[in-house]
Amino acid sequence: MKLHRIMALLSRHLYLYKRSPPRIMEIFYWPLLDLIIWGFISMYLMKFQGDLPGAVTFFLGALILWDILFRAQQGITITFLEEIWARNLLNLFASPLKPSEFLASTMAMSILKVIAVSTVMVLCAYAFYSYNIFIIGASLVPFVLNLVVTGWTIGVMTTSLIMRFGHEAEVLAWSMVFLFQPISCVFYPLEVLPGWLQSIAWFNPATHIFEGMRGVLSDGTLSTIHLTWAVGLNLVYLALTILLFHKVFAICKDKGLLVRVGE
Amino acid sequence: MPDPVVEVRNLTKRFGEFTAVDGISFAIQPGEILGLLGPNGAGKTTTIHMLLGLITPTSGGIRMFGLDLARHREAILQQVNFSSTYISMPYSLTVEENLRVVARLYGLADVERRLEDVMKRLEMEDIRHKLTRKLSSGQMTRLTLAKAILTEPKILFLDEPTASLDPDIAHKIRGVLQDVRRSTGLSMLYSSHNMREMEEMSDRIIFLQRGQIVAEGTAKAIVERYGQSDLEDVFLKIAREGG
Repeated sequence: MKLHRIMALLSRHLYLYKRSPPRIMEIFYWPLLDLIIWGFISMYLMKFQGDLPGAVTFFLGALILWDILFRAQQGITITFLEEIWARNLLNLFASPLKPSEFLASTMAMSILKVIAVSTVMVLCAYAFYSYNIFIIGASLVPFVLNLVVTGWTIGVMTTSLIMRFGHEAEVLAWSMVFLFQPISCVFYPLEVLPGWLQSIAWFNPATHIFEGMRGVLSDGTLSTIHLTWAVGLNLVYLALTILLFHKVFAICKDKGLLVRVGE
Repeated sequence: MPDPVVEVRNLTKRFGEFTAVDGISFAIQPGEILGLLGPNGAGKTTTIHMLLGLITPTSGGIRMFGLDLARHREAILQQVNFSSTYISMPYSLTVEENLRVVARLYGLADVERRLEDVMKRLEMEDIRHKLTRKLSSGQMTRLTLAKAILTEPKILFLDEPTASLDPDIAHKIRGVLQDVRRSTGLSMLYSSHNMREMEEMSDRIIFLQRGQIVAEGTAKAIVERYGQSDLEDVFLKIAREGG
């Protein structure tokens, strides 16, 4: 892998965002709307504190963490879509750029987006609702890192599907991640799900992250079981989706689809 | 004779039942411009895409600079570039920003000199800070050519580079390409539907029909062989009657 090629792609996207208010707005618009809506819902639920202890902490914390996952996924997929929309894929893949370098650049872009969005959300949550996500403490670090990797996994998988099936699959960039939301137990505990769905959710790394977060918030302990599952599943899934990306890339080159999606 | 820059042997590409390129072989010598001629669907663009590593051949081999493309993609593509009417550049970047990204992508040294040189050659100083989305089609063609010659490749693949340009701009573009060839010894594979352009630009022409090479040689030799008055008549004869 050559760093200068990864940095070249990163600079291309930074140039893009530098003068594109709609793109910058798109990054912050939904997170802020979510924050406002869920903030008010949480404030309303606070009236029933006895029945729902720590509603604000749970919901706003979950919301911020969900958005980290979502933005990490979008960072990968939208970066790929930008190349399709700009008809730039051929320029890139007819250069010495390797698919792995392309993926690395989308991951770097994803990190930048996550930093930008989470900074704004954390500040707004504190300003609007006096909510400080750092009450989760040091456990926040492994949670966030794992969420970013989960987002990457979904992002790489979505990108592979868009590359394989072309423009018609573009909608997956915005919808795919929500397929995983019901079994990620973002706003409710795993035990709420029916038994068969719990078994499926157990193999979703995001479930372990949100379960772990709720554990920290309710009794202050970090579940090493959930963390271990999250890390293990993330490593396996990320490796598998990167393999999938390379496989799909090869299929697209064989079928001439890379050229078709890129022109 | 020096080693060829490009050596293609029995190159074939099938998409399911359809054979787009059918066992073609050719070579491009250093400093040579090889014209790639043929009707729509003859396999010209597929051939160029295979040479760029964008499409995997079904069989056959591609060697450039003595290296096998399948095994040395990175080293080969570092010395190759292309331009086509069918590509674009990121439209929200300025001309200069786009070229700087290309320079970083290829890890170029001496970027400022190269940028100035390319801007001057293609008369792009006045559009240097213009957003790509605001470029006319002629300016866009100059930009895609600028990105192609910025990297100072040893071979340039050009897929209908002057299509949709007015004759004046097309003439200027051809002049720039000839000028670059004279000064750098650049080789080119040049595809076009403009017969006069092919005659003007190409040292040698290969004529593709249904994925196969049906004629090969200088424009003059091909015209004589088919007993026609010019290359356009040869094109019509081959396209309508086959090789």
